[in-house]
Amino acid sequence: MKQEQTKHRPKRYGMVIDLDKCTGCGSCMVACMAENNVPFKKDESDKLLSITWMRVYKITNGKSFPDSDICYIPRPCQHCAGQHEGHSPCVSVCPATATDYSRETGIVSQIYTRCFGCRYCMAACPYHARYFNWWDPVWPDGMEKYLNPDVSPRMRGVVEKCSFCFHRYQAAKDKAYLEGRRVVEEDEYQTACTQACPAGAIVFGDLNNPDHLVHKLVKPDLKNGGRPRNPEVFRLLERLGTNPKVYYKSSRQWVRKAGDNYLPGEKPGAVIQKSHS
Amino acid sequence: MKVDRRSFLSLLIGGAAGTALSPLPWKLTDDLSIWTQNWPWTPVPQRGESYYETTTCTLCPGGCGVKVRKIDERCVKIEGADEHPVNKGGVCILGLSGLQLLYGPTRIKTPLKRVGEKGEGKWRSISWQEALDELASRLKQVRSKGTPEKAACLLDGIDGTVGRLFQRLMTVYGSPNLFCMPAAEDASKAALKLAGGSAVRAGFDLEEADFVLSFGCGLLDGWGSPVRVFKANSSWKDGHTTVVQVEPRLSNTAAKADHWLAVKPGSEAELALAMANVIIGRNLYDSEFISNYCDNFEGLKRLVALHTPETAAAATGLGPETIVKWAVEFARASRPVALYGRGQGRASAGSLRDCMAIMLLNALVGGFNRSGGMWIVPEYDYIAWQEPELDEVARAGLERPRADGSGGGKDGLTLSLVQRLLGTDAEQLPEVLMVARCNPVYSLAGSGGVEDNFRKIPFVVSFSSFMDETAAMADLVLPEHLYLETLEDVPVSAGLNFPLIGLCRPVTEPQFNTMALGEIVIRLAGIMGGTVAGAFQWDDYETCLKETLENKWETLEEQGFWYDSGFRPPAWDQAFGDAGGKFRLAGGKIDEILEAEEITPAGDPAQFPLVLVPYDSIRLANGYIGDPPFMIKSVWDDVLEGKDVCIQINPATARKYAVAEGKVVHLVTPVGKARVKVHLDEAVMPGIVCIPRGLGHTAYDAYLAGKGINVNALIGSMEEAASGFDAAWGIRAKLA
Repeated sequence: MKQEQTKHRPKRYGMVIDLDKCTGCGSCMVACMAENNVPFKKDESDKLLSITWMRVYKITNGKSFPDSDICYIPRPCQHCAGQHEGHSPCVSVCPATATDYSRETGIVSQIYTRCFGCRYCMAACPYHARYFNWWDPVWPDGMEKYLNPDVSPRMRGVVEKCSFCFHRYQAAKDKAYLEGRRVVEEDEYQTACTQACPAGAIVFGDLNNPDHLVHKLVKPDLKNGGRPRNPEVFRLLERLGTNPKVYYKSSRQWVRKAGDNYLPGEKPGAVIQKSHS
Repeated sequence: MKVDRRSFLSLLIGGAAGTALSPLPWKLTDDLSIWTQNWPWTPVPQRGESYYETTTCTLCPGGCGVKVRKIDERCVKIEGADEHPVNKGGVCILGLSGLQLLYGPTRIKTPLKRVGEKGEGKWRSISWQEALDELASRLKQVRSKGTPEKAACLLDGIDGTVGRLFQRLMTVYGSPNLFCMPAAEDASKAALKLAGGSAVRAGFDLEEADFVLSFGCGLLDGWGSPVRVFKANSSWKDGHTTVVQVEPRLSNTAAKADHWLAVKPGSEAELALAMANVIIGRNLYDSEFISNYCDNFEGLKRLVALHTPETAAAATGLGPETIVKWAVEFARASRPVALYGRGQGRASAGSLRDCMAIMLLNALVGGFNRSGGMWIVPEYDYIAWQEPELDEVARAGLERPRADGSGGGKDGLTLSLVQRLLGTDAEQLPEVLMVARCNPVYSLAGSGGVEDNFRKIPFVVSFSSFMDETAAMADLVLPEHLYLETLEDVPVSAGLNFPLIGLCRPVTEPQFNTMALGEIVIRLAGIMGGTVAGAFQWDDYETCLKETLENKWETLEEQGFWYDSGFRPPAWDQAFGDAGGKFRLAGGKIDEILEAEEITPAGDPAQFPLVLVPYDSIRLANGYIGDPPFMIKSVWDDVLEGKDVCIQINPATARKYAVAEGKVVHLVTPVGKARVKVHLDEAVMPGIVCIPRGLGHTAYDAYLAGKGINVNALIGSMEEAASGFDAAWGIRAKLA
């Protein structure tokens, strides 16, 4: 394991979502559902029971008309590194090793066939990024034709979540290998939501790689859990110390402030994350 | 061996410890979860060769290029085509859901003939031959009575070959009654026509603009070519473009704009005219354009003199200083553009007065045909077929007045006054009505009355691929291919500032017993015989398409679209009519339109104190295509709760009428009544009730039908007297 890491520099795949550009259109949600064989029911208006690996939340500034303002926050799995690399909230509670943290990519996996549905991970996840299959998925007659063979459809009784389209990483790696390359280029591995976003609000890449746009936008402080050094960039619930790899960018202070809980008068961005090492 | 207590316990504990240390329990939990998950009914998608095929999306008029990922013969995913000039790799939520339409349960699988009562849903499957014979004999019957004008046709547009085949059919048949569904583009075409342009449409150089003044356009809610506008918006954020949104509700567009001017609904023209007043009064207009290339500036001065910031303040609810401020900023920007078209601009044409007033702002700043401005783009002229030969009946029929009382496209302003053909008060209903690529029973304002009228029309033919509300009311359904199954040209307008023809081509075999719409028309004409058949000399539709696009066909096949990358709009001296023609700022019909009062929504304010304003959402397809399951899944829970739609009202409105969040109330308008839930939202102006378009379907499947209400059934048409355009943006309402 250790040797492998010294031979290939480990990657930390992450995402930056520009909330100034995000229009809340929902393309990312549907691109994800189409790519990952996410099922649907006749009534999806109860959002607690509605499986959306990528969900767009709506927040408001709480002011009265006409000073009211809206911002949309797309929320995939945050792929938390935790305090120590790999100590994600969900990974540390899973009794079945059905979810694991990859030190090679920084991606938190979900292995459906190992999951026996205890839902500890859902309780542990502070981002509501995990969903339980309360029912067997049903595709209306004929619609199962569009299912993607790269992602297995899930069944009743298991938890599922965003995988950063890991199957796309595998495909890109295979392709690179076949062509005799070791490196997967930035544009060779992109998630379905990133690719679909009509506003170009989502940027995806390797946070460890200074040439990748995500790194340039975030300027991550890698010694300090990847905390952003760009003042317009923030993470959700930063002070929980989950060290997620999904970053958000906004020029509006009230939006950045909504990303975490603050005391009255406290300035956002003042959170200092102490490393445990 | 004696089993004493000690050895028994040792065995028990040792056994337990041993088992726990062995892989057995872990293996068992793993196996257990695998055994309990291998159900035969969980589908296992077939593997196969993965590849892409490109085509053009026609689910909205946007004209995006898409690529379809296929696994052997299955289509598994739709993505944006990277090299396409319209969407440059992006794709919208509806485009992404296209495969659910292709493989969905609401497809019509074969030609159908009604056997029960109208709208009862009892059908008999028939063959294509039977279906075409039946339609041909019905058409012949009407024609033999010498009243060919009693056959009407309603389409989504006539820019492409399919629309033009229908138009040709109606011409040789002898009916002037070809109608198109209304859209904001009709108003801008008509406004340009009045101002001096002929056979032109409006395009917008959005990407280059540095000041965007949008009068209620849902730029991020599906206006124009949606993906292109999303991308333009992102480039505005990267650059320093100011976006000002004029709208009574904080839509996505308003939320993302730099400034939101919340005005009373329907007062857009007042605001635009007052801004024109300020720009003229302060000499901020482009004097070169106005003095050299415009006519009747004096007339315009007289017109706008009546519209001061103070009078507009009363109408709009904005302060006069705000109006002055934004008028000045607009005029001082170097590449400003003012945009027209409420919401997605596809629910109605809107009033010509709004459109003219907004276009005048573009004229005053010399914004025509200039970088970042409004471009005058020629209409497509690649379809140059020989004039068909007409017989006596056809010539007589074409002389008769259209059902809407206007001259249609010839000398009238538009083909889209559908409310006069089918609307609530329409008197002259046709005897045979052919409906293609639209869903008037659902999407026309006053749709309840439209449905009643459909019951009265003796013979309705639908060409829909889906069992939508209009197909459900038909007597005969001749289902056409879905866009992923057909070959067709797609000329794109949608506010593009360059001409582009996309090629829609089959990426899969037809799933059901359907036919290309163009093929249906050609075969139908063949059966009709006589001069009608004589006008359609092509062997089949594909031949017709290839012949028509002769010199572009190679490019189309190769790259999937044809476009004029070097297109530049004509210089000012060539832009308006013939050489030397000028842009008419005022006079005649323009005066008549601009001097009219603003159109007020129906209903007595004393009895109906609120105003209901429908809005467009990008997550709710509200035209001919209904929301596929993925999209309806993405609808917010403060919009749809179970089967109830939530109305958005301001908390102040709620206090005044004593309703609380989540309460079920009845929304009553002069036209109808519906059960709704209350959602309090500071994003809405007090006194306004907002409901999304796109819900309340009665047809389609259980994923869409019966959810929420169709707001078109609660509003009526709002006809503008001077133009006949249906503004239909709202109605007075109350909560009960």
